[in-house]
Amino acid sequence: MTAELLQFIFSGLTVGAVYALVGLGFTLIYNASDIINFAQGEFVMLGGMITVFLAAAGVPLPLAALLAIALTTTVGLALHRFAIEPARGASPVALIMITIGASIFLRGIAQIVFDKRFHSLPSLFGNEPVRFGGATILPQSLVVLASAGIIVLLLWLFIERTLLGKAVAATAANRLAARLIGMNTRRIVDFSFAVSALIGAIAGILITPITLTSYDAGTLLALKGFAAAMLGGMGSGPGAVVGGLVLGMLEALSAGYISSNYKDAVAFLVILVVLIFMPHGLFGRAKIERV
Amino acid sequence: MSVRSLAERRYLPVLAIVVLIATAPLFFHSLFYYRIGALVFIFALAVVGLNLLMGFAGQVSLGHAGFLGIGAYAVAIGPTFFGLPPWASLIIGGVLSGVVAFAVGRPILQLRGHYLAVATLGFGVLISIVLTNEAEWTGGPDGMNVPHLVLFGWTVRGADVWYWLTGATFIGGFVLAGNMVDSPTGRALQAIHDSEIAARILGVDVASKKLTIFIISAVYASVAGSYLALFNGLVTPEVAGFLRSIELVAMVVLGGMGSVVGALVGAAVLVVLPQALTVFHEYEQALLGLIIMVFMIFLRRGIVPSLAATLSGWRR
Repeated sequence: MTAELLQFIFSGLTVGAVYALVGLGFTLIYNASDIINFAQGEFVMLGGMITVFLAAAGVPLPLAALLAIALTTTVGLALHRFAIEPARGASPVALIMITIGASIFLRGIAQIVFDKRFHSLPSLFGNEPVRFGGATILPQSLVVLASAGIIVLLLWLFIERTLLGKAVAATAANRLAARLIGMNTRRIVDFSFAVSALIGAIAGILITPITLTSYDAGTLLALKGFAAAMLGGMGSGPGAVVGGLVLGMLEALSAGYISSNYKDAVAFLVILVVLIFMPHGLFGRAKIERV
Repeated sequence: MSVRSLAERRYLPVLAIVVLIATAPLFFHSLFYYRIGALVFIFALAVVGLNLLMGFAGQVSLGHAGFLGIGAYAVAIGPTFFGLPPWASLIIGGVLSGVVAFAVGRPILQLRGHYLAVATLGFGVLISIVLTNEAEWTGGPDGMNVPHLVLFGWTVRGADVWYWLTGATFIGGFVLAGNMVDSPTGRALQAIHDSEIAARILGVDVASKKLTIFIISAVYASVAGSYLALFNGLVTPEVAGFLRSIELVAMVVLGGMGSVVGALVGAAVLVVLPQALTVFHEYEQALLGLIIMVFMIFLRRGIVPSLAATLSGWRR
């Protein structure tokens, strides 16, 4: 009984860590630019798929992963430069449609460049499960959790301790004021798109050995990562992390105890419930609107 | 507003569209063209409804394919399991969509901007998940067959017959929507679009007006969904999928938000273009994404309003 519960919690935390990373990517871009980037899931897909295909072409795995991260980051930058920047000042709906268009576009390209099959990567430390309190956990799950922890820590250190990080925080707090004191906010939005893509690519590479990846894996991940960010409170970094982990666990528990068919429905029920009953999420602040 | 400008604004577009629908078949070389035409009218009908919500009331819905799905499955499930005639199932589907829109709309429409977009998105995806999973009712991911539409003892079949039926329905929906825009409710909605708070201060019951238009747009989508299922003779959960919702919104925005004529143009572009590009079948998704991006970036106001602005510039 407890062993079973523990098992569900392990798998929930693993997937949740990925949702948390996708949610963090959302949050970074949202804070810098008020844009909800629905192409976020495509970064995760690209990270996984590029690594798979480079490795298959004979590139050593670590190098393939690094190249995949670099390429995905470039895609993130290009998305901002060539799709978001030219549409500056468009309505929120138009901007959402642009990022959705970008996500469909990237998926279409991935379908042509790669293929339509599922792919996996070798785990970092083999596939021998580790026993723990009657439940088992894959070594790769521990890698995912540890890496997610490190990324969150690095991101926090970066925002708190570096000048560029403080500029990002300042832009998030008040874009106009940041620009008035001479910050190049455009650069900062550039930067947040790049970092979001980087984090997404890393998440994609780490999770592929466990959940597999395919050209269309991004959409659902984006929606769930977004649910995570929403649950935590839009714009809150710690909120996205907690939201991701909670969402992952809810999913695993409902798949285990209720029905695995409706596993994917959990994220969307969460979105609706959170929005209706506590629109500011767990960690968000109420925004006062001036008329 | 002078009588002439009202006539110009209200009746000229209707007349133009009637003439367009009636004369277009002169250029049709095969039934395939009728088929494409019928698909354009079906989607345009859903888009007219969604345009009322987005263009006039300023509320976005990224889950409208959910209502398309309710309508589509109503004409599949009604005849198969309850022995209802398809036309009655179509009406029941519309009523059901209205009821669902009422129940969901009340809490959801209090949200704004991004939050509304995401809540409607969540709602739409939930419907498609239910349609995929309740296999004993819906046939699961493979979908189910839909019987022929029978009207007054006459079976509707053949792409050309469907062309006229959907065309006539579209004109009906178009005229209704035009009337709605010029009604007190329509004016209240435009006030909400411009400034919700100002509208409230002027005494507009914002919540109930938004809910009304949400329900109306849901019924439009539901009827379009029923037609789509009856026309194809088959329905799969894809009809309610996230991508379909996006396509509907893209049609609204491409044609031009707030332009009723734009609905037809937007639907036509996104139905015809993929057909014209079937040679590049592999590239279909990439092209769809590219089209959405390019239009959103360069023609933000949509095709019809941009054209109208250019034309009135010439006239002056």
